[in-house]
Amino acid sequence: MSALVENAAGRLVPTEINGRPAVPFQGVDKYRPTGRKAGPPIRSCADYPADGNKVVGSLREALEKCGVKDGMTVGTHHHFRNGDFVANAVIDTLADMGVRDMVWAPSASFPCHAPMVRHLDSGVMHHIEGSMNGPLGEYCSAGKMRGLGVLRSHGGRFQAIQDGELHIDLAVIAAPSADPFGNANGVSGANACGPLGFALADSLYADHVIVVTDNLVPFPCVPWQIQGQNVDFVVVQDRIGDPNQIVSGTTQVTRSPDRQLIADQIARFVAETGIMRDGFSFQAGAGGITLAFALYLKELMRKAGVKARFIRGGSTKYLVDMLQEGFTDYILDGQTFDLDGVRSMREDPKRHLDTSPFTSYNFHGKGNFASLLDCVVLGATEVDRAFNANVVTHSDGALLHGIGGWQNCLTSKCTILAVPSFRDRIPVILDRVTTLCGPGELIDVVATERGIAINPRRQDLLEAAKNCTVPIRTIDEIADEVNRLTGGPPETPVLGDKVVAAIKWVDGTVIDSVRQSRGL
Amino acid sequence: MTRQGQAGRQGADVRSDCHVACELRDQGGIDLAVESKVATMFGKKIREQVHGVLAEMKVEHATVRVQDGGALPFTLDARVEAAVRAADPSLTRGTLPDPIPGWDGKTRRDRFRRSRLYLPGNEPKFMINAGLYGADALILDLEDSVAPMHKFAARYLVRNALRALDFGGAERMVRINQGSLGLEDLDVILPHNVHLVLIPKVESADHVREVDERVVRHLGKDHGVLLMPIIESAKGGWFAYDIAMAAPSVIALAIGLEDYTADIGTQRTKEGKESLWLRQQVVNAARAAGVQPIDTVFSDVADAEGLRASVIEAKELGFDGKGCIHPRQIPIIHEAFAPTGQEIDKAVKIVCAFDKAQEQGLAAVSLGSKMIDPPVVKRALHTVQLAVACHLLPADWKSQEVSS
Repeated sequence: MSALVENAAGRLVPTEINGRPAVPFQGVDKYRPTGRKAGPPIRSCADYPADGNKVVGSLREALEKCGVKDGMTVGTHHHFRNGDFVANAVIDTLADMGVRDMVWAPSASFPCHAPMVRHLDSGVMHHIEGSMNGPLGEYCSAGKMRGLGVLRSHGGRFQAIQDGELHIDLAVIAAPSADPFGNANGVSGANACGPLGFALADSLYADHVIVVTDNLVPFPCVPWQIQGQNVDFVVVQDRIGDPNQIVSGTTQVTRSPDRQLIADQIARFVAETGIMRDGFSFQAGAGGITLAFALYLKELMRKAGVKARFIRGGSTKYLVDMLQEGFTDYILDGQTFDLDGVRSMREDPKRHLDTSPFTSYNFHGKGNFASLLDCVVLGATEVDRAFNANVVTHSDGALLHGIGGWQNCLTSKCTILAVPSFRDRIPVILDRVTTLCGPGELIDVVATERGIAINPRRQDLLEAAKNCTVPIRTIDEIADEVNRLTGGPPETPVLGDKVVAAIKWVDGTVIDSVRQSRGL
Repeated sequence: MTRQGQAGRQGADVRSDCHVACELRDQGGIDLAVESKVATMFGKKIREQVHGVLAEMKVEHATVRVQDGGALPFTLDARVEAAVRAADPSLTRGTLPDPIPGWDGKTRRDRFRRSRLYLPGNEPKFMINAGLYGADALILDLEDSVAPMHKFAARYLVRNALRALDFGGAERMVRINQGSLGLEDLDVILPHNVHLVLIPKVESADHVREVDERVVRHLGKDHGVLLMPIIESAKGGWFAYDIAMAAPSVIALAIGLEDYTADIGTQRTKEGKESLWLRQQVVNAARAAGVQPIDTVFSDVADAEGLRASVIEAKELGFDGKGCIHPRQIPIIHEAFAPTGQEIDKAVKIVCAFDKAQEQGLAAVSLGSKMIDPPVVKRALHTVQLAVACHLLPADWKSQEVSS
């Protein structure tokens, strides 16, 4: 383990991660890597079947043909969310083939990936670069993983692939529809799950690319969200995933009165401060509060006769309804959170558009859609009085969530964190967040059931909110009140010295590190 | 003799509450075990607080087991005290934790009571944020929503809630139990700034006076605690006027229909013709006595349109308020009780005419060629206040009226 240094955010971070140098966070938009982007190896069509049939007999055969080696990095993707069957099958097969010390680089992991613990224990897997929650989060937090976990945002994964920090040796893409050439999409087939944008970078940059499908169609498979000329082999399996599992607890509208109140207050805030106006745009992804926000906002848009230019997904039934009822011209979608979203993307492709992290989130892009948004509503596990926020660890210090697109969305014109002011007894607004994931200078509003706090950096917003019917309070007022109620501030969790994971900022620098949890 | 007591709820799904089991002993000091899902952040504070309450109650030897699902301090305090008292009722405590600033706000006899939100008296999680929803009143309920085994502990929780929680602008109400149990409820919840006591199943004026006398015993003659008897039986309906006149502290009559329909030998229906007599009786008795008639709860939380229709019907019958059991019912009730645009325009004209007459020292108020009777003026003043409360008229409408 390398020495820890203090980064520009005052956090102690490693300067070396899994044997490679790492750059400490230098401040928002301060770090600019130079040079040329990474590229895949040169291939020749002469080495691929002229009839375009790349289908091989089994996943194992495809892996053997690609060539496997100890220490390799394997990329998989989370468009099936908790219903993914492919990642486990791939790693199980690699284990059977005797591979050791591999690195798993999923675009996100879910509880269905708990069996990976076995491969970490046995030495097949060295470490994970991607989100870790549930049993994987516990495993990493307990300090049992041999390598350092690396958590990146969706955009950060693309940035890391493009600047060569994350090299994918082998990508395996689960595709609900594919042709023998390797063209693939996620919007058709019995197990359609939505767009395949999270797999796009892997398809372009990995050394080898395998498409696994349970719905092989004759060439051409359109739309080709993944293009066959980037694909080495196609494997047909019985079932690649359960699309019903893309709907999870976080894609239901909240029924809690407190959370409904938060959503209602944010909607009124957005309407009354003038953010909601003809031609505006917003993003409201999964999460009970954000879904409820979209519903409340829709009613206010109806009353005011306002139409949005575009809404960014992950899409849900609620956003699809808004599109169909004329409340927005477009949905720009990176992932679908329910089957209504999948159907809409398939049947209404001129208005419900497939976007990828390359268009919206990538630090190495020449601009991103995310920064064009008039407002975005996100969650957080903790915030502090300087508006810094945590989205990956619980207040006891244990890894709990991935970063997702959260960091990438902070660049919107008005970033609103929707959080209850306390959970059980634990205050959400602390003096210092356990893990820093987003710098306070990018977070404009913290919205709780006890009122809305506007970042003092945003005097314009404070001015615009003067006649708001929602209680506007300082973040200190809310934090102090909650401390009185809960008997806070809580004790700071005592964590071990060992660093178990690094949190990357969108530019690839290290914004914070996660320490070993003692309780686990 | 075993001296054991317990309070609170147990189980993995318990949130914002805890269970405390206490066994008093004659020696051995305090043996405290705490299991908490917030132990990492609050373990030390939980132990300190439990020891503090035990010391306050002069308990020196006891085994105490706390299973905590994230209870806030006001809940933990109440659970420990209730468990100790259940083990030995003779143990009392000296001082209580300080109340929050602003807890001692007063109420007014004639304030709006459009919505009143029932909160089960043994469920801390529903109480904590109840003040945020803008209800005209919050009722901490010790009666029907509390199971018999929890009645004792609920009193202490309600008392602590009255001192520790911010009720916002809501009137602070407690529904006590029937009979002697209800009088004992008062012994715990007074004097913690209870604005109003709801008395269930009232059938006679004596019943009200009994409660009033118990309040007087605690707080003296001009106690300021308001009473709202609930009429929910045939007999109570028959004596409604006497009940409303039983004491000066009575400011409203409420109605309960579940018990009433059973009492008259029928069932509750959606259209409610079986209870029409009682509803009109209560409105008449209340108005005759100069107090507010308040309608029953609407219990189907999912049926927003049914609630709206029910409130409009209540308003048409003459009721001033409606009970509710979920925060999402509050805005619907307020909207339905809100005066219409026409009603507001007319009321504003009458109030302006009244002001003008006052200025000119005239006894009679006239609007155009019409004379306006005093009760009409009073009604208009009420409508204007209601319009302001419903944000349909700015609070400073008079200055705007003058400038325009």
